[in-house]
Amino acid sequence: MLNELNLGFIFLSAFLVNNILLIRFLALCSFIGMSTDIKASTGMGLAVVFVTVVACSISWAVYNCLLVPFHLEYLRTVTFILTIASFVQFEEIIIRKKSPVLYNAFGIYLPLITTNCAILASAFLGIDYRLNFIQNIVFSLGVSIGYCFAIVLFASMRDRLKTAPVPASFTGVPIAFIMTGLMSLAFLGFKGLFKL
Amino acid sequence: MKKFELNNLTRGIWKENPIFYLMLGLCPLLAVSASLKDALGMGGAFIFVLLGSNVTIALIRKVVPAHVRIPVFIVVIATFVTIIDYSLAAFSPQVHKNLGVYLPLMVVNCILLGRAEAFASKNNVINSALDGIGMGLGFTLAILVIASIREFLGQGTLFGISVLGKNYLPFLIMIMPPGAFFVIGFLIAIKNSFGGKKNAE
Repeated sequence: MLNELNLGFIFLSAFLVNNILLIRFLALCSFIGMSTDIKASTGMGLAVVFVTVVACSISWAVYNCLLVPFHLEYLRTVTFILTIASFVQFEEIIIRKKSPVLYNAFGIYLPLITTNCAILASAFLGIDYRLNFIQNIVFSLGVSIGYCFAIVLFASMRDRLKTAPVPASFTGVPIAFIMTGLMSLAFLGFKGLFKL
Repeated sequence: MKKFELNNLTRGIWKENPIFYLMLGLCPLLAVSASLKDALGMGGAFIFVLLGSNVTIALIRKVVPAHVRIPVFIVVIATFVTIIDYSLAAFSPQVHKNLGVYLPLMVVNCILLGRAEAFASKNNVINSALDGIGMGLGFTLAILVIASIREFLGQGTLFGISVLGKNYLPFLIMIMPPGAFFVIGFLIAIKNSFGGKKNAE
């Protein structure tokens, strides 16, 4: 199981072997929608890294310190989504007040992040794998950096695509999926890195 | 205005299919379409949640203040997702295990929130119920199409029953993650090529 591995392996597993986008199929909406230029996808990726790590730590704490002692585990879906939504909202207000530069860099992506399933998924998976607090932070870091990495790679591929001759019916979304498939194929190669 | 229109039911199945037309809610579609059985479980769960949330939201649409509607919708959806999550765990543990994290993740599925916002919050209960069933069936149809292609090519079976016989050499990549991306890419391309013809006429 994942919780018996050391931190480096947890990170690698979340980052490459089980890449949230290419192997687990999560957060595809933003992946296809936001990856049209490198700048936007970098901003989105970094915003996701930040929110995922903090939101997952909060949800972990809420689950283990609040829901488990009172035997309310069945409320986890409702609690997690509300935790994440309110955290994102809170974050947006703070960033806008304190750091306009940062707000311009990724503030506009924050509202979109609430419904980004990568964050909720990494909160759920951390609980499912029974990770402890430190492992959970490393895991969510791996998941979100994996997201950031994949979306930036993909955006740069899409840049090239603009000048490539693509069959008429494949232009736009279909060719994007085919390319994602090829990237996913490449990421399957990482499965050989270590046995889980 | 008529009390209900059948159009609301049929629209989601084909003309405005949430997957092929609106391109929403792709995550579970790709993730659990490696076998037909899981796809059917996901489709059923999806119809249940969409129907439940649409009906509830249509019922409370007049008492919910406009500026807090999104959190309210999310809580309603999360409630139904929790119900189906625990019912599946009790009645069909194997399917529940295969669906894994994708079942609770329905909470953030764009189709559910999209229908709540775009349709159920503005229409009466019967129309919203029809819309929920229609959109749910549209999703189920899409996931079944993808799952049958993937299972057929990847294992030579349909619903676990061998179709192509023992000598079939499985096209393994189809049941692995890349296969899902290839299949959806080709399906949308096929749909586009038909749509393009119509536009030309």
